[in-house]
Amino acid sequence: MKIIVCIKQVPDPNTTVSKLDLDTKHLVRTGVSLILDPGDESTISAAIKLRDTLGNSELIALSMGPTSAQEGMRRALAMGADRAILVTDSALAGSDALATARVLASVIKKEGADLIFCSTESTDGYTGMVPGGIAEFLGIPQLTFAREIKVEGTKAVIKRVIPTGYKTVETTLPALVTIASGSFDAIYPTMKGIMGARKKPFSQLKIADLGIDASQVGDAGARERILTVGKAEARAAGQIIKDDGSAAQKIGDFLQRYQLL
Amino acid sequence: MSKMIWVLIELENGQPVRSSLEVLGKAAKLGRAEAIVLGAAATEVAPTLGEYGAEKVYVHAEATYDNYLTLPAVEALSNLLQQHQPALLLLATTYELRDIAARLMVRNNLGLITDATDLTFDGESVQVTVPWGGENVVTATHPHGGTGIVLVRPKAFSLERYEGRQAEIETLNVSFSTQAQAIKVLDTVEVASEGPALEDANVVVSGGRGLGKAENYRLVEELASALGGAPGATRAIVDAGWLPYSYQVGQTGKTVKPTLYIACGISGAIQHLAGMKGSKYIVAINKDEHAPILQIADLGVVGDALTILPTLIEEIKKRKA
Ligand SMILES: Cc1cc2nc3c(=O)[nH]c(=O)nc-3n(C[C@H](O)[C@H](O)[C@H](O)COP(=O)(O)OP(=O)(O)OC[C@H]3O[C@@H](n4cnc5c(N)ncnc54)[C@H](O)[C@@H]3O)c2cc1C
Ligand SMILES: Cc1cc2nc3c(=O)[nH]c(=O)nc-3n(C[C@H](O)[C@H](O)[C@H](O)COP(=O)(O)OP(=O)(O)OC[C@H]3O[C@@H](n4cnc5c(N)ncnc54)[C@H](O)[C@@H]3O)c2cc1C
Repeated sequence: MKIIVCIKQVPDPNTTVSKLDLDTKHLVRTGVSLILDPGDESTISAAIKLRDTLGNSELIALSMGPTSAQEGMRRALAMGADRAILVTDSALAGSDALATARVLASVIKKEGADLIFCSTESTDGYTGMVPGGIAEFLGIPQLTFAREIKVEGTKAVIKRVIPTGYKTVETTLPALVTIASGSFDAIYPTMKGIMGARKKPFSQLKIADLGIDASQVGDAGARERILTVGKAEARAAGQIIKDDGSAAQKIGDFLQRYQLL
Repeated sequence: MSKMIWVLIELENGQPVRSSLEVLGKAAKLGRAEAIVLGAAATEVAPTLGEYGAEKVYVHAEATYDNYLTLPAVEALSNLLQQHQPALLLLATTYELRDIAARLMVRNNLGLITDATDLTFDGESVQVTVPWGGENVVTATHPHGGTGIVLVRPKAFSLERYEGRQAEIETLNVSFSTQAQAIKVLDTVEVASEGPALEDANVVVSGGRGLGKAENYRLVEELASALGGAPGATRAIVDAGWLPYSYQVGQTGKTVKPTLYIACGISGAIQHLAGMKGSKYIVAINKDEHAPILQIADLGVVGDALTILPTLIEEIKKRKA
């Protein structure tokens, strides 16, 4: 079986509050530390587990992004992906979710795949629109918010997280699956994995290789425009007390004063 | 451009979901609101939507929408969009509606804006406010024309009542392709929980990594139950596997707007605040006096949640008795 996992490099959420460049209105990616999206680590791990369970299967990591994305892809290879494909092209800067889905779907169409893995949403843009968009471009079903996945013959079955529990949802392959954050423990790359990753095939594509025109992607193709970037309203601070053993009582008083009990 | 604004209404157990009705109320303020309601219960629900702002309701009472995810709704809506070309299609940001929106975007080649907390529309252009990276608020619009899709954050708008408004009702006649029935729901397992749902609770008590370990989360649950509220969590402890995703409050979790929010062992990251800073009163317990959560709390307590919570639970029970 051929499995493709879509991943991307994002500003490290632990060290950066993502900012927008006020001129280009793009996400600032220079001068910030970039890491493989933590959600994608969990997703890759789900894909590796499935590949190993199924046997006789190949796992390809796919990304669209600037050349710095190579690092994240190396990590995916070190974790256990078999090869990597990066679409990188200056025309892609400022792409919206529609364009991102278009580009990723056209690579997947070229490669052919039985299963495509994505995270439910990315950590930087978090629109959550790319996976469903890819599935629609490919004309295949999507199984989203999966916290468990099983493949049985030509069918995939997931447990889909819902606010009140879960749904069991089934579809036929080929299909796209999104993994809900925190559902799979991330595999840590071993030293052997890291060394081995260097020898794994890594290809790079431009949009021309995919038959995509520059007018369909990047700022040129985007259907949304950022008009202004302003300050959000702040919430005023209240009273701060130090616990001297009476905190519970003081909280009780506060709740009573505002009739919250 | 027309001032026709469409809202897709989500049904749950045969009832319209509150977040969909919030969006409908806002649409009715901006222009001519029209609702689309799909699912076995659609016929019963349709007449009530006028009261929430709909001038017209498109109805298709058909269980296919309930038994198969996403694709039947995408087919029905794509047909309708081509016929009528509303200026906007608004959907609340929920699991079901997000999936539908992503495919509509591609199938109809439309622009889509996510995470809207406010909207203005003058009949020409729509401006959408989106919280971003904490301080920044970004307004955006659809420059290419065509219907603009906007996903709206739940609780961004309150429910509006349009007393006595009677919606015109049009019954749809859709026949599905075989592909539309590809994503089949086999069963639904409800995990029984006591007390109110997180989104609807008047009191929310949330816990974070400061609780130290998963077992200590029961203190949060006990306090929530003593106050008749619902327990919530930060992404840090959801990702750590202490709790399911459905507990997560924040930018990528639920938005809550209770009367009272109590944060226990939560630092107050911008992404967490995005989901709870609309609460009327905020009480925070944190060991670190510099924790950002204390800066926005009405009552901030610098102290150890693990010692304060047990006493607080007793204190509340005593005062409520
Ligand atoms: C301030 C701001 C606001 C934005 N708002 C919007 C908006 O309202 N509408 C809009 O269309 N775009 C918007 N974007 C752009 C959007 O973030 C980009 O299009 C981005 O390329 C893809 O979207 P995402 O990160 O939201 O992906 P999501 O849909 O959240 O990503 C889900 C998963 O899809 C896969 N994936 C996503 N991108 C890639 C990639 N490049 N390579 C490989 N796999 C990938 C990953 O598995 C990922 O975890 C916004 C960007 C910014 C900076
Ligand atoms: C794109 C994106 C989206 C995100 N979405 C969300 C989201 O929806 N929701 C969300 O919550 N987070 C979200 N996050 C994560 C967020 O940035 C924070 O990492 C997370 O909220 C931190 O959780 P925490 O407060 O539990 O943990 P920490 O930040 O580790 O804070 C723990 C706090 O507990 C205090 N503490 C320690 N011991 C005690 C004690 N004994 N008593 C009292 N206090 C104690 C510490 O002083 C500290 O302030 C998102 C991040 C990104 C990048």
